Amino acid sequence: MTVRVFVVDDHELFRSGVRAELSRELEIVGDAGTVPDAVAGIVAEMPDVVLLDVHMPGGGGRGVIEGARAGGAQAQFLALSVSDAAEDVIGVIRTGARGYVTKSISAEDLVSAVKRVHEGDVVFSPRLAGFVLDAFAGAAPQPSDPELDSLTTREREVLRYIARGYTYKEVATELHISVKTVETHVSAVLRKLQLSNRYELTRWASDRSLV
Amino acid sequence: MERSRSNRVVAGVAAGIGQQLGVDPLLVRIGFVLLSFVLGFGVVVYVLTWVLAPQESAEQTPGPRGRLIPPTRTQVFGTALLVAGVVVFLWLGGFLLAGALAWPVVLAALGFAVLWARDSDEEARRRVLVGLGSPLEAVMSGRVSLTRIAIGSLLILAAVAVFLAANTSLSAVGNMILAVLAAIAGLALIGGPWAWRLAHELVEERSSRIRSEARAEMAAHLHDSVLQTLALIQRAKAPREMASLARTQERELRAWLYRRAPSVSDARLRDAIDAMAGRIERQQQVGVEAVVVGDAPLDDHVRALVAACSEATLNAARHSGSTEVSVYVEVENDAISAFVRDHGAGFDPAAVPGDRRGIADSIIGRLERHGGTATLHSRTDAGTEVVLRLPMRPA
Repeated sequence: MTVRVFVVDDHELFRSGVRAELSRELEIVGDAGTVPDAVAGIVAEMPDVVLLDVHMPGGGGRGVIEGARAGGAQAQFLALSVSDAAEDVIGVIRTGARGYVTKSISAEDLVSAVKRVHEGDVVFSPRLAGFVLDAFAGAAPQPSDPELDSLTTREREVLRYIARGYTYKEVATELHISVKTVETHVSAVLRKLQLSNRYELTRWASDRSLV
Repeated sequence: MERSRSNRVVAGVAAGIGQQLGVDPLLVRIGFVLLSFVLGFGVVVYVLTWVLAPQESAEQTPGPRGRLIPPTRTQVFGTALLVAGVVVFLWLGGFLLAGALAWPVVLAALGFAVLWARDSDEEARRRVLVGLGSPLEAVMSGRVSLTRIAIGSLLILAAVAVFLAANTSLSAVGNMILAVLAAIAGLALIGGPWAWRLAHELVEERSSRIRSEARAEMAAHLHDSVLQTLALIQRAKAPREMASLARTQERELRAWLYRRAPSVSDARLRDAIDAMAGRIERQQQVGVEAVVVGDAPLDDHVRALVAACSEATLNAARHSGSTEVSVYVEVENDAISAFVRDHGAGFDPAAVPGDRRGIADSIIGRLERHGGTATLHSRTDAGTEVVLRLPMRPA
């Protein structure tokens, strides 16, 4: 069965481009350019995967995830953005997106990322791995939950390899573990990112924000 | 509860309470009036609520932001009644023992109220931004408007003058004014330079905030237009040069939009690595994905690492045949590590002819001179990775 995909992006051209590229291998069940349209469309179509633009007027990617979840959608969300502002990307991940890729990703890579997210995997691009390492760098100012507020040595190691441009399979070979174990580590990192509140206190929040 | 901004006679207290309790504000107002007859109780409650309750935020009501809604005639009349109520209350309560004390107290209270009453949201916004500081800071940062300061100060000075005139002989008043003037002059001498500097810093801070707000607005606009187009061009089956140009411009624009001000950009490792990646992308027409964790100031030591990193990236771009090179730089407590990885053809380091000095000189040699190490892992068909490590120089 092909994966049913819904595309959310406020740029018409981009939506039609992605539709054309993905429709060879995936079933595109709909697209939307605004937050309310996206929520309504996702709730009506119940797609497997939603490709989600981080920046959208009227609530952004976060608004779509929250609205669709409230409407009972079970879809997995994959964030897609041209934005490199760490707080935007981390914000969407914390709301529940299962991965982040940049819009310049090739069509084949995008298809494989969608499939992986559908299978329950987490898609970490090198850039996202860098953001996360940065966010968890140093000691937490006030560790409210030591288990959530730091990464294990292994998790850090895995993220470092991903940031260096290694695929999950290459990471597994390097560390002499299975690909499944790599995925487990990455999922654990995602969980910590979503549950820990230390991200707000780390240096990138102040370093990189515009104001 | 919050004081109402739109529906108010004096300060929006009654409307605020009414909204909180779900009662018609008119009933609350009548309640206040009735309570005022019981030893002025209503007046006291009203004034206390005025001082303590915040005004509802401007976003909740239509109307120009950051501007005071001009007082209506009802409001002026209501305020006058309230003041009269306070005076009557004080008089009835026996606080004004001697008539001599009545006017100074009323004047001083009015002056204080004018100076410190919570009012315009413009001031509240400034208060949030500057943080609650000393009164002097408040004045310097423009938290309290000049008119208010002038009126409030005049009222308090009048109170002091009336008090002095009523309580001491004229000659004593003269002496006291002299003494007060001397004290003020002394204070100005002591605090003057500090206040001047503070004022200067605050002006600076405010203008930089305005600049960054303008930048944020422009960033949002460019993000929605140019960046999207550049991303699209790269996805399209555009000629290689065009895609590469779009990629470079996207990188530059992104760096400008989401990073620090360009004036300091040369001094940090992060920016140097980004600039290097951009340059090689442009020259070699391959993608260079640079991820930097942490940051460090750029000195000769760190520059050597950037140069070696640049050489390794250039090698990967030229010789690996890979379309994408990953550069990862991490600043740790005691060292900086850099990894340059490609998924290209790979090669056998031992088979490189001796006259090819690129790796030996510009990467390994350069780093060793600075106390660092460089290692190279390459396997045919599995790509190449150059690992650079540079210990931090003790500060």
